[in-house]
This record gives sequence, C-alpha cells and structure tokens, in this order.
Amino acid sequence: MITALLVMIFLAILLGLVLGYSAVKFKVDGDPMVARIDAILPQTQCGQCGYPGCKPYATAIAKGEADINQCPPGGDAGAKALAELMGVEFKPLNQEHGIQKPKSVALIDEATCIGCTLCIQACPVDAILGAAKQMHTVIASECTGCELCLPPCPVDCITLEPIHENFISWKWKYPIYNIQKAQEA
Amino acid sequence: MQLNNFFKFNGGVQPEENKTLSTGLPIARLPIPKKLILPLRQHVGQVAKLKVKPGDQVLKGQMIAEADGSVSAAIHAPTSGKVIKISQEIIPHPSGLPDFCITIEPDFKDTWIEKKPILWKKIDRTQLIEAFIKSGIVGLGGAVFPAHMKLRIRQTQPISTLVINAAECEPFITCDDILMRERADEIIQGALITQTILGAKKCVVGIENNKIEAYEALKKAAQETSIEIRVVPTLYPSGDAKRLIYLLMGIETPNDKRSTDLGIQVFNVATVAAIYRYLELGEPSISRIVTITGAVKTPQNFEVLFGTPLSDLIDAAGGSLTKQKKFIMGGPMMGFDLPSIDVPVTKAMNCVIESSPELFPAPKPVMPCIRCARCADACPVNLQPQELYWFSKSSQLEKAREYNLFDCIECGCCSYVCPSNIPLVQFYRYAKSEIIAQDKSKEAANTARERNEFRLARIEREKKERAERHAQKALGAQDKEGQDEKKSTIAAAMERVKQNQQENIKN
Repeated sequence: MITALLVMIFLAILLGLVLGYSAVKFKVDGDPMVARIDAILPQTQCGQCGYPGCKPYATAIAKGEADINQCPPGGDAGAKALAELMGVEFKPLNQEHGIQKPKSVALIDEATCIGCTLCIQACPVDAILGAAKQMHTVIASECTGCELCLPPCPVDCITLEPIHENFISWKWKYPIYNIQKAQEA
Repeated sequence: MQLNNFFKFNGGVQPEENKTLSTGLPIARLPIPKKLILPLRQHVGQVAKLKVKPGDQVLKGQMIAEADGSVSAAIHAPTSGKVIKISQEIIPHPSGLPDFCITIEPDFKDTWIEKKPILWKKIDRTQLIEAFIKSGIVGLGGAVFPAHMKLRIRQTQPISTLVINAAECEPFITCDDILMRERADEIIQGALITQTILGAKKCVVGIENNKIEAYEALKKAAQETSIEIRVVPTLYPSGDAKRLIYLLMGIETPNDKRSTDLGIQVFNVATVAAIYRYLELGEPSISRIVTITGAVKTPQNFEVLFGTPLSDLIDAAGGSLTKQKKFIMGGPMMGFDLPSIDVPVTKAMNCVIESSPELFPAPKPVMPCIRCARCADACPVNLQPQELYWFSKSSQLEKAREYNLFDCIECGCCSYVCPSNIPLVQFYRYAKSEIIAQDKSKEAANTARERNEFRLARIEREKKERAERHAQKALGAQDKEGQDEKKSTIAAAMERVKQNQQENIKN
C-alpha cells in the first residue's frame, strides 16, 4: 500500500518536472495559428480588410473576430486557402472591402512631386525613397501596390500602373483544345 | 554500323526521323542580310550588358554586349557595320513578346576585328575562364547555358569523363549531323582542348546509329587520339544529357544532383567546335549551323550569322511551299511555334521547320484519360505522367511538385504515345510556370512582411527614443540650480568681455 503510494507520488513529481521543464524550454512565442494565417495573406499591408495590416487581420481571424473573405488582394483563392486552413466553409470575397485588381506598382510623376514626404510616411513597406523638398521615387521591386500612398499626396502625382506581362514573367497558359464529341446513340 | 555496348533507359520513343530531307546538300553560307537583330538575351541567365550605342561603327567579332555576372554570355557583332537602334523587338520565344535587341546595319565589307587566338596551353586557369567569359559561347545543343560556367573546375569533384553529345535525337534536325560530316576535325580538336581544360581522363562521343557518314568522319578524325566514339541506338530522347550518360555508362544521375557531381561533363558537338574556333582562330561565337526543313523548297543546312531575320533564311531555302507560313523552332517533339517570320536567328535556334498539314496534321480531338499508363512506360525519367496530368489539370500544384514535376524534361514522349491525344506536356509546362510564379510571389510577400515588420519596429524605436529625449529635457528643467550656476558663469564671462572691450577702447 505504502509502496504503491510512494511510487505514484514519485511518478507524479517526475512527470510534473518533465512537463514543467518542457513548458519553459519549448514555449512557442505568439500564436502559431496567427503565423500560419499570416503566411497565406498576400502581405500588401493595404488595410482594405479593416485592420491596419496583414498581421493584425491574421490575429483577428485567429481570434474569430474577422471573417476569412475580407482580403481583396488575396481574392477568392486566398479566401479558399484560409477556409481550408481554418476548417470553415469557403465564402467568396466580400465586395464591401473592395475587388481584386491586377497587380500594380505605384509610379510617382517626378516632375510634379513637391517633396512633401507624406507618401513616404504612408508607405507600409518603406518602398518610397526621398527627403524633404527632394524628388521622391518608388522602389518598384519592393512596392506591394497597396495604394496607401495615393490619398496623402497633396498634388496627386502618384498613379498605380498595372504590371504588364514581360518576357520574364510570362507563363505558359492552361491548355485549351478540342474534345471528342460523344457518338450519338 | 555496329552498336557498342549500351545501357537502355526506360521508355523513349522512335518517331519518324525525317532527317534525310535536309542532309542532301552541303552546308551553305547565307549572304550577309540587310540588317541583323541581336537579342540581348540569347542565353540562360542574366541579360547581357550593352557596350554600344546607336550610331557606333562595329567590326566583325567586336563585343557589343558583355556578360553581366557569372551566369551570362557576351554578344558579338556578326559582321562589320553600324548600330542603328537598340529597341524592343519580337524574339523567337513561345511568348511572342518583345525583348531588347541591338540592330546592326551591315556595311557588307565584313571587316574582322583583329583576331587574337588564345594561347590556352600557356595561360593559367583563371585567365582562361576570363577569356571564355568574353567568348559568347553557349551550349549550342539548345540549352544555351554559358560555356565558361561548364569549364570551371571544382576542387570537390574533379571531372573524370567528358561526354561529347552527338546524339541529335530529335526528328528533322540535322545541324549537328552535317557539322560532323563536314567539320569533324574541328569537333575532335575542340573535344581534345575541352578535355585538357577540364582535366578529364576520358573523352567519349555518343552518336546515334542513324548517322553513318558523321560516324565515319568522326572516326577518321579521331584516329590518332584517345577519344572513344560510341554508337548508341536511335531512341528519342537519347540526346538529353542525363539520358546519354546513362546510355553510355549506365550511370543514373540523381534528380537532386548534376552530372558534374558525378564527375561527368557533357558538351554538344557544335559547342566544342565553337571552343576550337575561339581558342585556336580567335573567332568568338557569331554564327551557327541552322537546319531549315519541312515545307520549304530546298531543305538544307546553312551557316547563319546570329541576328539574321528568319525570312532571309526561308528565302535562301527557296521560299516556303505553304500559305499558312507556320514555322516551328526546334524539333517536332520539343519545339514551339514561332510568333512571326521576322524573328532573328539566335544561339538557341538549331532548326526551323515549316509546318504543313501533310507533315503535321491538325491535332486529333482529345478524349478522356483512361489511365492506361502508356505514358509512364514511355517516360525516360521514370515519372508518373498520368498522375502529373491529373494534378496539373486540376491545378493541384503542390501535389504535382511532390510527384517530381520539375524532373520532367518536357521531351514529349508521353504526349506522343497517348492514345487519347492529350497534350500532356502542355499541362506540365502550365503547372511548372504556375508554380514558379507562385514561388516568386510568395518570396515577394515574405520580403514585404519583413519590411513591414522592420518599419513597425523602427517607428516603435523612434517613439521610445523621442520619449526618452523628452524625459531627459524635463529632468533638465527640474534641475534649476544647475542652470542658475550656468547662467551666473555665462554672466561673469560676459562681464569680463565687456571690461576687456572698454579697456581696449581706452587704450
């Protein structure tokens, strides 16, 4: 009787120590679900979903506060991927947040730019280069096309140019062909 | 023609050869055309960097664009003349999209720049590689991979065997065949040079048994050398480098490795001939042999300057026989339809076939896949094409990748044998480019995330720093006594200055 009790107590202490140690040693920082959702989001940081960036939106989805179909740049495909991850029913993109547009980059009309730095402060990925009273320019390779630089510009010198397909970004198209008509009975 | 011992790879097909169409005539030289259009990207890797501007006079063999970075190749003026423009022109590519090209107007004097043969036996390796970067030589079998990259030696794995690819397995194409018949000496010399540069113990030429004249010519040229010429059966795609290695040596190159990891390097016959011409004669890569065949009046092989418009080549072959004027670049198995007849001849253009309804009947209607697995039997890289088709068709791209879609060499054996006429390779090409595009956008998203996180962290840090500064200032204001002390010191100093000034005035 005593032996059994002692063994059980010993085991309880041992397992408690192992679990306690693992809890400290293998602690996961942050919510792993947020990171997984964030990996699906397109990282345009445009805020069209109603949250100030992709990560806040991911956090809101993980908490169940936001729906999966609020991301226009991700489109239906993004919503589908999120539905799969979250194990919920797929919903098409909620048009209230905007429609999916072709991928674009911002272009500053350098002749009109007055160098006010407002767009630099608005850019979520630091893709605009310039200084006060100096001409600004967009680093096209880093621009996500979020459009956040458009409203602050006092002289409306920024436009969004859709990216044209070029020799490098060209893709083979999905094959289209004739199919055999079934023989009539 | 006696077959040597060989190791048969899985699958492969034997399509109708149609090679004799274009081997009846010797290599003809095309006259210098009225203009030459030279795309800056004729090779795998970085686009070449411009070295000329419109209006410049150039000499034959002068470098007009240099290699940018290590995976890139130089471009040389194919004849003397004037650079008239640098513009976007349609290039021979399945996209039909334009790319940057240099247009040269020849002066018809064909004046060579001073030719400088390279004393490759005397200079050290780094100098030799430097020289090769300026050669503009790329793999002329069709892969257009810069040759200087392939001549580098790695300390970890020395090259033991040099394989010269003379298989030319695709139907219709005869440019290598005719080159071997007429210029076997150049090929053998080039092979010996390449073997020496690589430090390879052995050099093996692999040739299909349908090229008897070429075999005889090579044999004669290689008589007093250690080069071994081995005959392999005519079985498409024996010309694929890894398939040829297997045929000759029975060595399977693992899918995550290159043949160089196994100590084997492969060069095409035309490439080693170009290496010979560059080192011994000082001629950079400015022309190649092109087969023009199919529905043209006199199908034959031409030595063509790079940049020659395709229409000139068609005229030289007696003109086209069809109204549709559809041209295929490459062979019927792996080639693609050319977007226009104004495209220039590039380093990759080994063959142009004029299509006609007799040669290439319209594709038969497609029927459903019945999972007969004939494609799997035909696949030379041991894939499961029916599975890949299924995943590609339904855009299950990750699944397709798992089934080693990227090992597919797009040889077209599966489409060739498919009883339901499904254009399988088109599906694989679609899936591959879709996966590549997705990977790229994933990478871009990751960069954007990092940049955004960095920005947020910076804003946070700046806020903190500002708060600290404010706190310090506030602390300074509280410290009144200290300030009074300072003020009295300043006042005392001012007093002294005033006194001094007054004294100065008095004096």
